[in-house]
Amino acid sequence: MSEDTVRVVSDATCTFCGCVCDDMVLTVDLQQHKITKSQNACVLGKAWFKEHSIEERPFALIGGREASTEEGIEAAAQILVNARFPIIYGLSDTTCEAQRVAVAIADMIGGNLDTTTSVCHGPSGIAFQGVGESTATLGEIKNRADLVIFWGGNPAEAHPRLFTRYAVTAKGMHVPQGRKDRTVVLVDVRRTASTPVADIFLQVKPRSDFEVLWALRALVKGKRVDPSIEQRTGISLAVLEDLVARMKSCQFGALLFGMGLTMNRGRHFNAGALLALATDLNEFTHFVAAPVRGHGNVTGADNVVSWQTGYPFGVNFSRGFPRFGPGEFTTVDVLSRGDADAAMIIASDPASNFPQPAIEHLKRIPVITLDPKTTITSQLAQVAFTTSTYGINTPGTVYRMDNVPITLRPAFESPYPGDEQILTGIRTRVHELLGGNRLPVDTSAASL
Amino acid sequence: MAEKMLLIGGRSSKQGTALCAGKLGEEYLDVTSTVEMNAEDMARLGLQNESRVRVWTPGGEAVLRCKSRETKDLPPGMLFMAYGPLSSRLMTGDTAGSGMPLSKNLDVEIEPVRDGGLT
Amino acid sequence: MAKMLRIVNGRVYDPANGLDGTVRDVCILDGRIVADVPREARTVDARGMVVMPGGVDIHCHIAGSKVNLARKLQPEDHRRDPHLRTRFTRSGTGGTVPSTFATGYRYAALGYTTAMEAAVSPLGARHALEELHDTPVIDKGFFILMGNNVLLFQLLQEGRHEEFRQALAWWLNAAKAYAPKLVSPGADEMWKGGRNANITRLDEKIGPFDLTPRKVIDAFIGSANDLGLPHPVHIHCNNLGHTGNYETTLETMRIAGDRRAHITHIQFHSYGAVAAKSGDNPTSRATDISEYINTHPNISADVGAIMFGRSTSMTADAPLAYMLRKFGGRKWVSADTELESGCGIIPFTYQDRSYTNALQWAIGLELFLRSSDPWRMVFSTDHPNGGSFMSYPKLIRLLMDSEFRKQEMAKVNQAALDNSGLRECQDRELSLYEIAIITRAGPARLLGLTAKGHLGVGADADVTIYEENADKEQMFAAPRYVIKDGELIIEDLEFRTDHAGRVLHVAPEYDAGIEQTLRPFFEDYYTVQFNNYAVDPSYLHSHQVIPTAPQPTGTFSRAGA
Repeated sequence: MSEDTVRVVSDATCTFCGCVCDDMVLTVDLQQHKITKSQNACVLGKAWFKEHSIEERPFALIGGREASTEEGIEAAAQILVNARFPIIYGLSDTTCEAQRVAVAIADMIGGNLDTTTSVCHGPSGIAFQGVGESTATLGEIKNRADLVIFWGGNPAEAHPRLFTRYAVTAKGMHVPQGRKDRTVVLVDVRRTASTPVADIFLQVKPRSDFEVLWALRALVKGKRVDPSIEQRTGISLAVLEDLVARMKSCQFGALLFGMGLTMNRGRHFNAGALLALATDLNEFTHFVAAPVRGHGNVTGADNVVSWQTGYPFGVNFSRGFPRFGPGEFTTVDVLSRGDADAAMIIASDPASNFPQPAIEHLKRIPVITLDPKTTITSQLAQVAFTTSTYGINTPGTVYRMDNVPITLRPAFESPYPGDEQILTGIRTRVHELLGGNRLPVDTSAASL
Repeated sequence: MAEKMLLIGGRSSKQGTALCAGKLGEEYLDVTSTVEMNAEDMARLGLQNESRVRVWTPGGEAVLRCKSRETKDLPPGMLFMAYGPLSSRLMTGDTAGSGMPLSKNLDVEIEPVRDGGLT
Repeated sequence: MAKMLRIVNGRVYDPANGLDGTVRDVCILDGRIVADVPREARTVDARGMVVMPGGVDIHCHIAGSKVNLARKLQPEDHRRDPHLRTRFTRSGTGGTVPSTFATGYRYAALGYTTAMEAAVSPLGARHALEELHDTPVIDKGFFILMGNNVLLFQLLQEGRHEEFRQALAWWLNAAKAYAPKLVSPGADEMWKGGRNANITRLDEKIGPFDLTPRKVIDAFIGSANDLGLPHPVHIHCNNLGHTGNYETTLETMRIAGDRRAHITHIQFHSYGAVAAKSGDNPTSRATDISEYINTHPNISADVGAIMFGRSTSMTADAPLAYMLRKFGGRKWVSADTELESGCGIIPFTYQDRSYTNALQWAIGLELFLRSSDPWRMVFSTDHPNGGSFMSYPKLIRLLMDSEFRKQEMAKVNQAALDNSGLRECQDRELSLYEIAIITRAGPARLLGLTAKGHLGVGADADVTIYEENADKEQMFAAPRYVIKDGELIIEDLEFRTDHAGRVLHVAPEYDAGIEQTLRPFFEDYYTVQFNNYAVDPSYLHSHQVIPTAPQPTGTFSRAGA
């Protein structure tokens, strides 16, 4: 192949999962508009790169009819401006630049702004607000951690390079032999593909993570735990004591936790117990905890929403300023209760992933979607934009699960606009229609 | 005769790769309509791999195809399925004021599908 | 918006140009101060008002990953302080760690037009720039944390001083930073690598490195001065907050010799010791510290005063934050950044009845009142560590109004006052001229911002007009007019327009060959690619490079004068 049909992009970033590996070497077939090789990608990354080529799709669909992006922008702006409780959701699979515009629109129209965090590590964020967190970037784990505990996750299948690039086999400055210099512990209710990677596997009884974590906290603090803990949790006191001894005596410990804690009975209590455990251990040694994030830029969404509003997700602007309300302004609730009367869904597919009552309501209201692919949500949308894919076609900034910001290097151009471009068009049009930011009717009632 | 079991939803490698191909694609629908079940439980219910089962909760129901797992991997009374439209049907909208609906450790009822059922 | 403006009848305080309340016109054209403007220029009548350059905050924490963690941590602190949107300004929340839009608007509403974010890890520089881009009105820059940088430690311990200097210059460029920052050199390395150890002596070995904080500080002071940076190394001394730490501070200043160095939030580093029932109690050593700075013109400092009430401690000194937990037991955050730094965050309340807090409060005031050169002992609360920037007007009143000060002194822990030297200087009142120095002219000069902090021809047209008021807190809390780059941002106390400020950064020259030293280190130890590390210029948006003046040998440069 000649030079103008093949492009090699080095140091590209994979945004399929929160590992956000930036060492991709992509070979692009420019004629076919697709990535033919993705060196360094894991199996998920390879699929991500392979499957995001350019498909022949209309730029937009309005009520199922083909339309231009500009027409879509007009229709979308009208929907948002005419709604009384418009909501914006998604945002974890797009750039920070696009996320910022989405928050600006929500502020302008006095709408509701929420991200997929609310159904992912939202509870961890709530726990963080209550307890705090001792954490570190992944490079600290690579260079220093000699004890790594995975709790409630299956990295082998969901974050493969978490093992290989960052936390288990990776060789580091003070962990020169990589795997050999580490003890790996896995805690889960069932055996998964990750289990063989661990030196120690704790198979906990379902719905008992909180009790196990609390027992560990007690043991760390030198308190007595009754042996009946085994009956309750499936883990014997001896195993817990052994784990505590290892945690206290390690050089640098890391607790990486997933949805097994947040999507489970206890939710933020589980996450809070884990974060508190890591904090407690700092009396004895250096110990960090980190939530393992699922989507490529959900951490970016947390960061953008936090710096622009003060709160990480579940934000409502209807009173003229940001209000934070998990359970009240989080999207599953807002939809399940039927509060929303319009929705803009950006790079997400809630009609696939949400509980039924939420999906039913989504079908009753005008929906705007921005997505590179057809999804169940885009199929029920009033206005469905086709967008380019971030990281593959569109440049921008993303944040890795540990808050490290990375600049994307797109592989090839797409005829479709990116999320930022469409959202900017919508913002401009909404601004024209409203004559500026919408002010709440009763501006004297700024009571909380 | 319906039995009570515990369902865990989660990610899997196949679900992740199929997701990239497209959520309306056959591969994704296939992966997300499979439920892993303990081998002993399957034997007791007279099920084999690919047998159809109906799973339901107060939130909704789904008909899935089963896949057998050893007890050492998946204890009796426990089910695993990859996240997707069918697993979502089983969630209720109640987030207990947290924003997060439960999708792991759901109490479900399960029974084999005898005649040609829903897909 | 007016491209031309003439401010008339105001009393002008422009210490850099010797103006101490002179009534004269200030003319603005195309964003700059000019000698005159045509008659048809818009006029602002500043009769009964005081005209000053816009405020310059030399040290605050307003952007970046540490700040955002502190923001996310405290929804309760935001809930009590909403920031409403207007037709053309964004909404936000306040408290001690406001959201970015609120930060910019509120600084502007106090008459500040420039602020320096004091501590950013180079790995997170991009994040700081994104947040600064969402911080309206003010011009801004940031200091990058270098005092626990593993590669630089390695170069130093191997005696590779030339590469050390090149790497420092490379890093300032890569991060688009304004100045190098040292925070307790060695402390984070001990925290992360030594199972939560700390460093307490300047001649103590930093873990596995054949280095001491003294060697590190010395190397940075030397290299920063060789590079001719507009602002020298900005130093948060070791042992912040510890009883008796004034000796560490004096020792650190002595390391500088006659070379430029800036000691930040020096109040926290001015404690002596007196024996008490259970261990030592801190006392004030503000006298010793002041004396040293008064007699060593190469040293500058910002006070880091504390104000009673809520604050958030957020510091790259991770062991310090952990220690503070014991004094409050509230939620705590620690976040390590690979190979570069650490940080700790803890919400904190300063109480006037507390011996220690009252002492800290007194020392802050002492340092201002004992200074014989306000150009080199400038205004700060280390926002939000000592207190929110929203408390600046009250602090100004405490400095200008000795009656008010004495009333406040009567309310605090008296034993603490006895162990401070505040009573001796309780009568001194700073004048408006001196306030203009410590909040504008001085910080600008120390930062090497020759176009800021004054109203001479050629200066940036950043102007604040305050209504005269006997109550100085009222006066400084609500300027009548605020002009930024010649635009009337605030008029008659109201926002008139939104505005984006500039990022100020340095770009010292360096030998590109240093990449041969950096690359292998990145490949082995970092988890981001070397090629992805340096910040793309597109993150700067509107920006300005402040020139450096490299020195031939080890002499130092002084910007402005």
